[in-house]
Amino acid sequence: HMFRDRTVTSSVSWCCFPLGVLSDIISTVEFNHSGELLATGDKGGRVVIFQQEQENKIQSHSRGEYNVYSTFQSHEPEFDYLKSLEIEEKINKIRWLPQKNAAQFLLSTNDKTIKLWKISERDKRPEGYNLKEEDGRYRDPTTVTTLRVPVFRPMDLMVEASPRRIFANAHTYHINSISINSDYETYLSADDLRINLWHLEITDRSFNIVDIKPANMEELTEVITAAEFHPNSCNTFVYSSSKGTIRLCDMRASALCDRHSKLFEEPEDPSNRSFFSEIISSISDVKFSHSGRYMMTRDYLSVKIWDLNMENRPVETYQVHEYLRSKLCSLYENDCIFDKFECCWNGSDSVVMTGSYNNFFRMFDRNTKRDITLEASRENNKPRTVLKPRKVCASGKRKKDEISVDSLDFNKKILHTAWHPKENIIAVATTNNLYIFQDKVN
Amino acid sequence: MFARGLKRKCADHEEDMGGALAGFRAVPSYSLQRQSLLDMSLVKLQLCHMLVEPNLCRSVLIANTVRQIQEEMTQDGTWRVAAPQSTGRAPLDRLVSTEILCRSMREQDGVHPAPGMGDDHVLGPGSELSTVTSAQTPRDPQNSVWEMDSPRENRGNFQKSLDQIFETLETRNPSSAEELFSDMDSSYYDLDTVLTGVVSRAEPGPCDGLQGLPPVATPASSSSCKSDLGELDHVMEILVET
Repeated sequence: HMFRDRTVTSSVSWCCFPLGVLSDIISTVEFNHSGELLATGDKGGRVVIFQQEQENKIQSHSRGEYNVYSTFQSHEPEFDYLKSLEIEEKINKIRWLPQKNAAQFLLSTNDKTIKLWKISERDKRPEGYNLKEEDGRYRDPTTVTTLRVPVFRPMDLMVEASPRRIFANAHTYHINSISINSDYETYLSADDLRINLWHLEITDRSFNIVDIKPANMEELTEVITAAEFHPNSCNTFVYSSSKGTIRLCDMRASALCDRHSKLFEEPEDPSNRSFFSEIISSISDVKFSHSGRYMMTRDYLSVKIWDLNMENRPVETYQVHEYLRSKLCSLYENDCIFDKFECCWNGSDSVVMTGSYNNFFRMFDRNTKRDITLEASRENNKPRTVLKPRKVCASGKRKKDEISVDSLDFNKKILHTAWHPKENIIAVATTNNLYIFQDKVN
Repeated sequence: MFARGLKRKCADHEEDMGGALAGFRAVPSYSLQRQSLLDMSLVKLQLCHMLVEPNLCRSVLIANTVRQIQEEMTQDGTWRVAAPQSTGRAPLDRLVSTEILCRSMREQDGVHPAPGMGDDHVLGPGSELSTVTSAQTPRDPQNSVWEMDSPRENRGNFQKSLDQIFETLETRNPSSAEELFSDMDSSYYDLDTVLTGVVSRAEPGPCDGLQGLPPVATPASSSSCKSDLGELDHVMEILVET
């Protein structure tokens, strides 16, 4: 599948295919390895999977659209009787396994429990049982005079989701990340203070590979915010912290990866120091590039690209919404400063994308160093029309079509975005709308 | 924007104060704004306790912010600057509010503070501030915030403390409650320009004022506010005989 790598910031025109309003707040979005399937998780514990239509070769103006493929309830709310606390059913993360047979598998997790789901299609059903009628009732045995072999007859496609494994009771704190290893046999799950290693077949045991819980909880000043396995090295993973550091660990070094192999941290800029410096340095997401050579981190105001061979500073830094720097106290007061934005790479690692407020999302082209701001909203985007770039006016005279910082709607935040692994197709989640944008192929 | 590079000095250096004051006329005083931020952070921490477990990352970040502010205030908390339209008493009132918040929580549990040795004019007439002896083990008041497996009592205590906080804010001084909870947007835009433009804190000057405030062992480990809440936990432990 040839991947055309045009500069997304200039020559690619993005068209909108809104998928409609989902009934609950979207909490995670993830394409599978082929890009044919797109999974979303929501605050109500549901998973909705969209499938791309098979390409219509005659109507080549659009690649296939995404339609609902399967919906199932992944997690239910629970109650922890020991602590008298509710366990939210909100899906924090979904990760797909690579496809090995006809069925699809994904991991979904809430704060405490990870589940392996099998999604399989059924488009045939056996007919002609000897002992049962078609409706399931048992036939009167005296009426059975001949033997026949049931045959498979086609039926309307049915997509079934069934839980195959439940990985529970391994996390005291809230799970923020899951990541499948490149060996496709193991995966990690990370909560605020610990990271566990699981085997996909084994649910009653997991290995603790990182533990940053201090002996005295009063000394707690740092938590784990995200973790991911390296895409190629099955012994390597990274985890980020609320203090803006990323640690790379090698599982071959020791069973408990308490000591990192590498520590990535950028020294603080003293001229920008404030009481909010630590909060805005907290990393909300970390993602390896597909190549495995780089990793990207998202903190409150910026996206940083790190070369795994250089620990003391990122190789690239992109400002997402620098105009918010002078508003940090208001954003602290209304809690927006704690929003956790995700980030993602395109298939060729040449463009990175992340969300912002006012339903804006941003793309940064690493080659041309150009960036673009787009808006995901029903009002501004009719289906199949090209998106217009947006601009925020930080100060001074506002030009036509610009939006001033004070008009931004901080309730409209885009925290979750995903990029198709091969095509210029992106999924953008607003609070409870999911948008698919594709580049307009002329 | 807050005047950058402005060195903060002790009250002893009167002639410098004249110059320093000039920079303050345009914006609310730094310590006033800093105190507002501290109050806001403490309220945020208290409001963490709902039916669902609090977000640990958020709590840790807020607590670290509180620690930063308290460290800074400990190092130069003796420094007095007159706010533009108010007397020298106003910033000290604001400094006091945190103490009273903590103290009210202790009192509510029947622990009476030892007679304070503070100057009365610092704390307001009739107020007492307990001493914190070095014998007391400094404990993080947010201990209950972190301990997910702590007993229910701690959560209950904080819930009671939360009620007490709001009660205190309402009854003690209506205007201060209003300051905290009304007109937040406009006042905090001012906070933005002041606090986010501030350079890293200046060298601490010699601390010879405000005798009444209890000594602190190290900036990082405890402050009087933390110790008060730690005492609450300590008392609870004794009561439930753990």
